[in-house]
Amino acid sequence: MNVSEARKRAEDESTEEVVMSLFDNIEKSELNAFITLAKENALKEARRVDRDGAKGALRGIPIALKDCISTKGIETTCGSKILKGYVPPYDAHVVERLRAEGAIIIGKTNMDEFAMGTSTETSHFGPVKNPYDLSRVAGGSSGGSAAAVAGEGVPIALGSDTGGSVRCPASFCGIVGLKPTYGLVSRYGLIAYANSLEQIGPFACNVEDVALLLDVIAGYDPRDSTSMDKKCEYTKELRDDVSDVKIGVPKEFFGEGIDEGVEKAVWDGIKILEDMGASYTDISLPHTRYSLAAYYIIAMSEASSNLARFDGLRYGLRLEKDEDWHTTFSEIRACGFGEEVKRRVLLGTYALSAGYYGKYYLKALKVRTLVKRDFDAALKDVDVLITPTMPFPAFKIGEKTDDPLALYLADVNTVPINLAGVPSISVPCGFVRDLPIGMQIIGRHFDEGRILRTAYTFEQRSGVSC
Amino acid sequence: MKYKESDGIVIGLEVHVQLNKLNSKLFCGCSPRYHDAEPNTHTCPVCLGLPGALPVLNEDAIVNIIKVALALNCKIEKQTLFYRKNYYYPDLPKGFQISQYDYPIAIGGKIKVNGMGGERHIRIKRVHMEEDPARLVHKGPIESSRYSLIDYNRSGMALIEVVTEPDLRSPKEAREFLNALRNILEYLDVFDDSLDGALRVDANISLAGGARIEVKNISSYKGVEKALLFEIVRQKNLARRGIKITQETRHYDEKRGVTTSLRTKEEEHDYRYFPEPDLVPLGVCNRIDEIRGSLPELPDIRRQRFVQQYEISDYHAKVITSELRLADFFETVASEVDNPLLSATWIADVLKGELNYRGLDITAFPPKHMIQILQMLRSKKITEKSAVQIIRTILDEGGAPPEIVKRKGLLKIEENIIASAVAEVIKENPAAVQDFRNGKNEALHFLMGQVMKKTHGRADPNIVNKLLREKLQCT
Repeated sequence: MNVSEARKRAEDESTEEVVMSLFDNIEKSELNAFITLAKENALKEARRVDRDGAKGALRGIPIALKDCISTKGIETTCGSKILKGYVPPYDAHVVERLRAEGAIIIGKTNMDEFAMGTSTETSHFGPVKNPYDLSRVAGGSSGGSAAAVAGEGVPIALGSDTGGSVRCPASFCGIVGLKPTYGLVSRYGLIAYANSLEQIGPFACNVEDVALLLDVIAGYDPRDSTSMDKKCEYTKELRDDVSDVKIGVPKEFFGEGIDEGVEKAVWDGIKILEDMGASYTDISLPHTRYSLAAYYIIAMSEASSNLARFDGLRYGLRLEKDEDWHTTFSEIRACGFGEEVKRRVLLGTYALSAGYYGKYYLKALKVRTLVKRDFDAALKDVDVLITPTMPFPAFKIGEKTDDPLALYLADVNTVPINLAGVPSISVPCGFVRDLPIGMQIIGRHFDEGRILRTAYTFEQRSGVSC
Repeated sequence: MKYKESDGIVIGLEVHVQLNKLNSKLFCGCSPRYHDAEPNTHTCPVCLGLPGALPVLNEDAIVNIIKVALALNCKIEKQTLFYRKNYYYPDLPKGFQISQYDYPIAIGGKIKVNGMGGERHIRIKRVHMEEDPARLVHKGPIESSRYSLIDYNRSGMALIEVVTEPDLRSPKEAREFLNALRNILEYLDVFDDSLDGALRVDANISLAGGARIEVKNISSYKGVEKALLFEIVRQKNLARRGIKITQETRHYDEKRGVTTSLRTKEEEHDYRYFPEPDLVPLGVCNRIDEIRGSLPELPDIRRQRFVQQYEISDYHAKVITSELRLADFFETVASEVDNPLLSATWIADVLKGELNYRGLDITAFPPKHMIQILQMLRSKKITEKSAVQIIRTILDEGGAPPEIVKRKGLLKIEENIIASAVAEVIKENPAAVQDFRNGKNEALHFLMGQVMKKTHGRADPNIVNKLLREKLQCT
């Protein structure tokens, strides 16, 4: 159900009906997309809308939020046992914006624990299943949000994208997902995995709804020092026209490990845009091959520090016995964090340690600068870059859990974008072996308008949507 | 003497100053005026370190630290960065402290201090900004308390850390340094040092041949001197017994006046400093001139001005300028009483002494009272002795000078009354008179004392002396 369908149904029947039907879907569903449902409040809110009417760009529209986005009064776990029972006393900036524009929050979606994963298999609450094939992953780390939109009829959802966590599940579940430019959307209230890389991003069935949601959540917030005042009206950018768009196709993103079917579908997509009047050139982003290593060092280093606050002292998991401080917090962390979180905290701690800082963290920052320069240089000559979002379609649940490195490699096409801080959207561009795949359109800093327009044009012409 | 120069004492200090006069904490909007509040009432998601909360730098805190750095003659860095200092402790809600590491706000300053062998310059290594952790509260002494309570009111307060080079040579000099620093901070009006936890010191000390020992958690000016003295004695005793001093961090127990081992070099934290990704690099260049222009007159400059403008002694100028309010008091009085030398003497020597004796500060004495007293002295309406009496009365019982003069009958008495008292005394003490005439000068002092007694101390001693001599010589 997209936003206009939801609106129509609310007019024909009622907002309460719309919300009720969603809860029916969710409760019957096997996808495991949600951790917490806010059913009572959502229905109350829907009835209020039916009674009093509502204002705002998202009036009466149900939305699902990834469980790392703080919601006042709704439990927020980040997919982790250590935050079980934590109910934030405040709303994230994006949640304030959503409430102000009349959206109805229906629940918190399943995710990789602290967003550390590419398949939502590291969640304490079990993996999210792919709506196209229940034996496969929905992608990650925002797997729950993508599955809720693709498989349970939720019109819009928010995820967060640190190294591909919006675009990967969008690709695997056949929907649209956008990672905004770093600084476009306030991170206030987003529980941090890797602060310098992540952004909150919208999911929807179509580009128009993604633009609508971006209109609501983007904009300057004084509470986030990395936030910028660069917002546009994105829905107004949506024209069926790419005649002025110069596309760059970076060869490094079509390299080793990319599924042939995926590669072909993306080239077909580029052809469609070419037919629509866009021009294309082959380009090179030479430092791409160092991106993955640099990304994981930076993300894990930041994570090791971000996750230090979870000691069970003020909120979250509490064990029965209280020993001295060091024993108690060590035991709470030993018991509350999953294996992947522990792995990343340990690796990050190691990378930041005296004697290794220069060798790993500092070097990773230098690589990051080079990657960013690659993108800046390329995007001087062309307007957008197009690549496959993921190297392959959704894989089987459990297929890669024993080999973390193989799983890390799946992020090869998404992490460079976070290192560079540029915006990127994943749009469905076809199917491989009956599984949806996504095409990634990357733009200049704060040029969301153009990538949305390119994606919109493609969507109109390709006929692929959810 | 517990130490001497040949002990090779080397001391460096890290002084933490809490900017408790700001309108908000360092990274959030919470009020810093929590000192009389219930625990955990001055908190928000940011200073509680709740998941998802982000720091926003307090601009006024940066203006204040630049003021301090400029007053300490430091060089302000073009670009400054905040770092995370990672360690686990229950008073640290995020598991890291936002502090500075490379690129602090300022480096390389100096302060003039009355040190061993006269005035010395103590070099300032760096001045940086960081957030205060929460406060742990224990029932009874920490060793026997069964639990710790945490009060987050202090969490996130703006702290300035001033780090000296190892230039200090004695505990006394360390104390002098702190006095000079406190004096400057007071003039800059950046903190209220009467509030709990406003100033905390970590001291590094080594003796010739020994390793560096860091003493943490000293929370008073006196404590610094005491902790360092304790360390010198402890380290000398160990050395005497042939035990080598190895690097360690020790904790100062203010109540017992001793230091105890906290951790050895092997147990030192690796703080894993890295730039705080939630804050952006800060450039302050464009503000420095404006802030420099807003600096008040600092103690040293004011002292020099007092010597030049009022022609008072350097000693008096130093005493008076060592406290901002005392210096203001002096200038108020000096503007009304046309004799700065007299004002300086009475304020620095007499009034300050009486205040110190009672443990009071200058706010206990209104300047207008001093003006009245000095004006009466100038016009010879009261004696110096009476003036002291008035000052004491004001401090002990309250009241204003004219009323006290009246109540206690302190107006100086007329010359003719003194003359008759002199005549009486000469008549009553023939032996002393004879002694004086035989050349015994002490006899005159005795006779003067008798006259003063008869006049209840209200006679001008100069007049008594003059009349006595006249009478004794002509009869």
